[in-house]
Amino acid sequence: MSVLDKKSKDALTDPLMKNNPISLQVLGICSALAVTVQLNTAVVMTLAVVSVLSVSNTLISIIRNMIPGKVRIIVQLSVIASLVILTDQILQAYMYDISKQLSVFVALIITNCIVMGRAEAFAMQNTPGKSFLDGLGNGLGYGGILISVAFFRELLGSGTVYGFSVIPDSFYAAGYQNMGLMVLSPGAFIILGLIVWGQRIVSGVKEE
Amino acid sequence: MEHYISILTKAIFIENILLAYFLGMCSFLAISKKVDTSIGLGFAVIFVLTITAPANWTIHNYLLKDGALVWLNPEYGVNGTTTINLSFLNSIIFIAVIAAMVQLVEMTLDRFAPTLYISLGIFLPLIAVNCAILGGSMFLVEREYTFIESTVYGFGSGVGFFLAITSMAAIRHRIRYSNVPVQLRGVGITMLLTGLVSMAFMAFSGIDL
Repeated sequence: MSVLDKKSKDALTDPLMKNNPISLQVLGICSALAVTVQLNTAVVMTLAVVSVLSVSNTLISIIRNMIPGKVRIIVQLSVIASLVILTDQILQAYMYDISKQLSVFVALIITNCIVMGRAEAFAMQNTPGKSFLDGLGNGLGYGGILISVAFFRELLGSGTVYGFSVIPDSFYAAGYQNMGLMVLSPGAFIILGLIVWGQRIVSGVKEE
Repeated sequence: MEHYISILTKAIFIENILLAYFLGMCSFLAISKKVDTSIGLGFAVIFVLTITAPANWTIHNYLLKDGALVWLNPEYGVNGTTTINLSFLNSIIFIAVIAAMVQLVEMTLDRFAPTLYISLGIFLPLIAVNCAILGGSMFLVEREYTFIESTVYGFGSGVGFFLAITSMAAIRHRIRYSNVPVQLRGVGITMLLTGLVSMAFMAFSGIDL
């Protein structure tokens, strides 16, 4: 990390914990929770968001002085939409099964508020290098929450982690049961609520 | 007729766009603090979804779908000599249509129904980037609805969003008087409550129409 000066380092590490996009900025929850039933879809979704976010931040930052203020939203939106289409095509070409499971949610990265939010709040004012790091950091901070929600939902809901069963058969023999609720949508809301709570206790942030 | 009622109930209760597919969460969390603003946003979403769903259906079926351009020249059809499939452009075209439609709706309302326009206020421009709107359009492509089905589906999803956001706003209004742990306030408790509301909506899932 010594290659980076302090401000670039902050741009990368702040969103991981202190200013996490999901739990503190409350952005980008749409299109995220639906893919957290299993870890592998959550991991692929994280990769897609990280690549779209960091590349879009860099591109928008490069052209930031050429964008007229009045049409900046539509310019940002078209840069993001093109990148999302690219990602979607790559996923369909190389990971067809997972792309089928993610269905419309990859395309919905376009309206994921975090991508637009970072473009507007950071990339429009900063150099491409810093914007790339900011995009990377926010993508990873977002992915961290996504993957932890998916971890708990898969562990409690199906008794597996990344497709491998981890709960021993003797537990099931003794009467342990998978929690069906976790596979359904209420499970995602409850787990995310608890994770946000835990995350705020650790980072010590209060609201209202 | 029964078929359309079944799609409508499914979109409102059983597969509620917010509580089952998590779409539109950002505006849901931000707006659901007050009952009257959430009613405004709810109506705006119903309005825009009902208009954009058939509009995007038309564009998908006559311009973008595999072989859709057959009306232009028979050779562009599915088994023609020069097949054209533009469906990879779906998302970017849909978002452009949504933004344009929102603008159009805004101007029409301003001209013909100024009171409604004022009461919807800033919510109309905001919903251009609401995931629920784009999600609705993407779902109707994936499920291969017909024109009328997609209009009904768009309206139903809007009503579902309206129901979810207004009930949540009412609950959040009550929760102000409760002693919630400090770090759980705001997003945390809203998430837990949404989980409970979503669980209540699961009760509808046994209904088969």
